[in-house]
Amino acid sequence: MAGKYFGQPILRNEDAQLLSGKARFIDDIDLPGMLHAAFLRSDFAHARIKKIDYSAALKRSGVVAVYTAEDFGDFWRPGPLQVPPPTAIKGSVFNARTLVPIAKDKVRFSGEPLAVIIAESRYIAEDAFDDIIVEIEPLDAVNDLEKALEPGAPLVHEDLDSNLAADVVQERGNYEEARAKADVVISRKILVNRNAGAALENRGFVVEWEERSRQMTVWATTQAPIPLRNTIAARMGLFENQVRVITPFIGGGFGPKIMTSQADDVLLPWIAMKLKRPIKWIEDRRENFLATTSERDQVHYAEIALTKEGTILGVKDVFYHNTGAYDPYGMTVPLNTQTHTVSNYRVPNFYTQIKMVFTNQMVVTPVRGAGRPQGVFVMERLMDAAARELNMDPAEIRMKNLLIPDEFPLRTGIIGQDFVEGVLDSGNYKKNLEKTMEIVGYEKFRKEIQPKLRAEGKHVGIGIVTFTEGTAVGPYEGARVTIGANGKVNVATGISTQGQGHFTSFAQIVAEQVGIDVKDINVVTGDTAHFHWGAGTFASRGAAVAGSAIHNAAVKVREKIFSLASKIFEEPEENLEVGDGKVWVKSNPSQSMLLGDLALRANPTRGTIEPGVEPGLEATAYYGPPYGATGAGAVAMIVNLDPETMQVKVEHFVIVHDCGTAINPMILEGQVYGGISMGIGNAFYEKMVYDDNGQLLSASFMDYLMPQATDMPAKMELGHLVTTTPLNTLGIKGVGEAGAIPTPAAFVQAVEDALHGQVEIMESNLNPSRIFEYLQKKQ
Amino acid sequence: MKPVPFNYFAPTSVEEALDKLAELGYDGKILAGGQSLVPAMNFRMARPGALVDLNNIPELAYIKPTSEGGLAIGTMTRDSKVEHDPKVIEMFPLLGEVMPNIAHAQIRNRGTFGGSIAHADPAGQLPAISIALDANLFIQSKSKERWVKATDFFTGPFMTVLDPDDMLVEIVLPPHLPHTGSSYQQVSRQRGGYAQAAVASVVTLDDQNRCKEARVVLISVGDTPILSARAKEILVGQKPTAEAFKEVAQAIAANEIDPATDIHATADYRRHLVEVLVERSLTIAFDRAKKGV
Ligand SMILES: Cc1cc2nc3c(=O)[nH]c(=O)nc-3n(C[C@H](O)[C@H](O)[C@H](O)COP(=O)(O)OP(=O)(O)OC[C@H]3O[C@@H](n4cnc5c(N)ncnc54)[C@H](O)[C@@H]3O)c2cc1C
Repeated sequence: MAGKYFGQPILRNEDAQLLSGKARFIDDIDLPGMLHAAFLRSDFAHARIKKIDYSAALKRSGVVAVYTAEDFGDFWRPGPLQVPPPTAIKGSVFNARTLVPIAKDKVRFSGEPLAVIIAESRYIAEDAFDDIIVEIEPLDAVNDLEKALEPGAPLVHEDLDSNLAADVVQERGNYEEARAKADVVISRKILVNRNAGAALENRGFVVEWEERSRQMTVWATTQAPIPLRNTIAARMGLFENQVRVITPFIGGGFGPKIMTSQADDVLLPWIAMKLKRPIKWIEDRRENFLATTSERDQVHYAEIALTKEGTILGVKDVFYHNTGAYDPYGMTVPLNTQTHTVSNYRVPNFYTQIKMVFTNQMVVTPVRGAGRPQGVFVMERLMDAAARELNMDPAEIRMKNLLIPDEFPLRTGIIGQDFVEGVLDSGNYKKNLEKTMEIVGYEKFRKEIQPKLRAEGKHVGIGIVTFTEGTAVGPYEGARVTIGANGKVNVATGISTQGQGHFTSFAQIVAEQVGIDVKDINVVTGDTAHFHWGAGTFASRGAAVAGSAIHNAAVKVREKIFSLASKIFEEPEENLEVGDGKVWVKSNPSQSMLLGDLALRANPTRGTIEPGVEPGLEATAYYGPPYGATGAGAVAMIVNLDPETMQVKVEHFVIVHDCGTAINPMILEGQVYGGISMGIGNAFYEKMVYDDNGQLLSASFMDYLMPQATDMPAKMELGHLVTTTPLNTLGIKGVGEAGAIPTPAAFVQAVEDALHGQVEIMESNLNPSRIFEYLQKKQ
Repeated sequence: MKPVPFNYFAPTSVEEALDKLAELGYDGKILAGGQSLVPAMNFRMARPGALVDLNNIPELAYIKPTSEGGLAIGTMTRDSKVEHDPKVIEMFPLLGEVMPNIAHAQIRNRGTFGGSIAHADPAGQLPAISIALDANLFIQSKSKERWVKATDFFTGPFMTVLDPDDMLVEIVLPPHLPHTGSSYQQVSRQRGGYAQAAVASVVTLDDQNRCKEARVVLISVGDTPILSARAKEILVGQKPTAEAFKEVAQAIAANEIDPATDIHATADYRRHLVEVLVERSLTIAFDRAKKGV
């Protein structure tokens, strides 16, 4: 599939600007007369608000206004249900309690906004915190996922009779029958911990209301500029074209920037209109930790039934999923867990149940991986337990049960986050595992290296796991491709960019069609004035979904080039060639025209045009898949554990990944490596810890440990496999979350192996102290 | 994450700074590298009324030999200066081992040797190292000046004998005796992160290869750095043996430390780490003392 531009490891268009510090980020925006907002946030996780007295704050010099929930009158209402539950799953329960913009009557998580202060500077706004008297009646907090559902538990939402947010059962085949026939049944309780998205740049929001033109401009770090624009317009009673949302450069997204109903999104446009002055709010790290969104904690009761030869007969998984204080994002995360638990293995009988629970904690929405790492962790842990029980090698039991290409497309019978039944479109899962084993030298490690190192007293272990990544989900994205009179190309699409390299990879897709160099292609993402249809950047869908729309638009522009040039040159289209910024006649290359000139000709300002001809070398196109494309891969990891201090070093990390066609292999590698570092973080460093009162104990980088360069594996190898998806012309599957998904499962397996299988670990986040505890308990 | 309003003064001499500190009393706070103070102010945990910035006083940054053959280090000497000074590393190999473990390079470029000691973070390295190296600290205020031994300087977590108008001015490290060896052992969650537990050992042998002096200091397992008394009792006058190191390690872990449980580690694990690290550090330090390195 690789061409002159497409498929090449081209350096990124955006890097010169980013690396020389000339890129504009949201905090660089400074408007005349701009005011600053700060949110007074609750110190309590669960409490009744008695009274908030801010009269003293209003007297502080530089404070312009203070608002609490009451001050917003009818404008205060719970936010939209950003992702509704799939109606296709019969008999499921879903209780929508969407996020409120600012706490009214009751606080439901620590960090929830109580008041918003508008002042001449952020410093003054924060000084005013001390002026506000909050009378509060603390309530018992709901934290434990299982206790939350017991009778008598305090209620997060008192209008519900329990803390159950959702209950969803999906089943294919009949697990109980399979279990009855099984030789071995293994059940385990498995815990997955909570992680932050922790982008380098926090969230931010700047809004300006221009009274005379009745136009609102919003700069936001959103992953969903169009949905944000639409919800702001609807809330403010404006037309969509009266609100322009612009995303400047964004320092990472990872999921939590997808929300459109956070306090700033809702309240600041209203306040800006009222005060007739621009307002800026930049989230600080503490706020990000306490009150954006985060993810992952689940408690699983999982079971696997097998024959004595190690063939899987069925899997059952009943799990509690923490949705935090509200559930504006529906069931995306736990549905991803359901679809990813057994997706790469042949599991004829599968029973999976979500019990989604409200707690007095920050709201849960997707974080890179978005439910998938949990499913993979559970399944891979079951496989390891089964291998041990059956005395099989972990690689062997996996190989035995992996799906093979002949089985695709395979309908899974499980409804996913995109509301349709999951279908595995393509892939070669065994090949992924084989290649991984080959690169890491699995057999040699097991048979020669490990025994030798063990004899020397070293504690080395290997983990080997497989995974899938459901990507590139609908509904759709669109794009417009325009060749300008300057001979360069402008590409506009509705998604936004948080560092994925879209300015280059999208340009590569277009360059291949229109024959204009990648450097001369300007990609605009996330500006609703440039393109205003689409859903956003999430679920590893940018490259595959927006990329396909861009490809379709570029193909149309190519057709327009040929059609117009054919008329001008009076040559049939097949005799024409395009490249190097021009179009020419194959048999007579001197008969040529620059594409910029052709673009001018495509926009006549006098005379007549033929019926049906659309002006410009411009085209708009859309793409929406029937269901998502599924990427897959395998990971092997060798660790070295110091048996005295329990420090773990990752010596060697191998990932073989298949995301179909690669647009830019270098950008692809970056994505995979980034995911791996997040996976290592999730497995060994990053952990959000709440105490019994719902206080977040890890609310700064002092305590929330991000993986560092020095924590990355000493040796990393990346292998590619390409099985193209039939779902789009380019054959692209997503890759954005790949590395994060399998890594914790591989890490835990490797640690167990390093400890000679003395202990079994059924939780996804370890640290040396925890490993020490396991060994102590053993003694 | 913005500090409360504060006044800011930038004196250009020690005298001027001491005047300012005397005038401000409890309202004033010294700003050295700012790597601990500024984050604390941004979190509004520290709310000083005024800062007295020492960064414009060049006379406070130096490393120079003393007449006794040791080194004197000016309080404002950046950690990275100490780290890369060949004389320091030659005379005090312990500092060569310790310095790269303090935070990250960018922070060491700003953080100061004296600031770190004055800050008295029980998880910080330099307070403990000042004890291990038996440093002498020179303290001045407008009305008085005094020398305090590092062993007498720390009174609690983030607490020292310094009065509000006092300035730590100089740290003097006495020269090592012949046949002295040292070792620093630290375990932290990540490179550049604070120690979960660490041990600095400085030991000296006599002519018969018996232990003459043993300073074993524990970091991050109590309210202040802890100079082990048991190490001295067990080792001094004896031939250093693996059994003795084990005995010291067990005695320290059992009796001399008070580690806390936090979200990163249990007290039990920290206690276990101390035992492991004491043994490791004594083994290496005595080995070096023997070899004369
Ligand atoms: C990310 C990060 C990681 C870190 N990791 C480590 C680590 O692993 N180990 C470690 O030890 N430290 C670590 N630090 C702290 C760092 O080493 C600090 O620089 C140091 O502890 C304080 O030195 P400073 O010069 O920055 O002092 P400041 O922050 O300027 O001052 C600290 C305190 O000491 C007082 N003070 C400073 N100088 C004097 C003086 N001459 N007389 C009297 N009082 C004075 C100040 O008033 C203030 O109360 C880290 C810091 C950061 C930001």
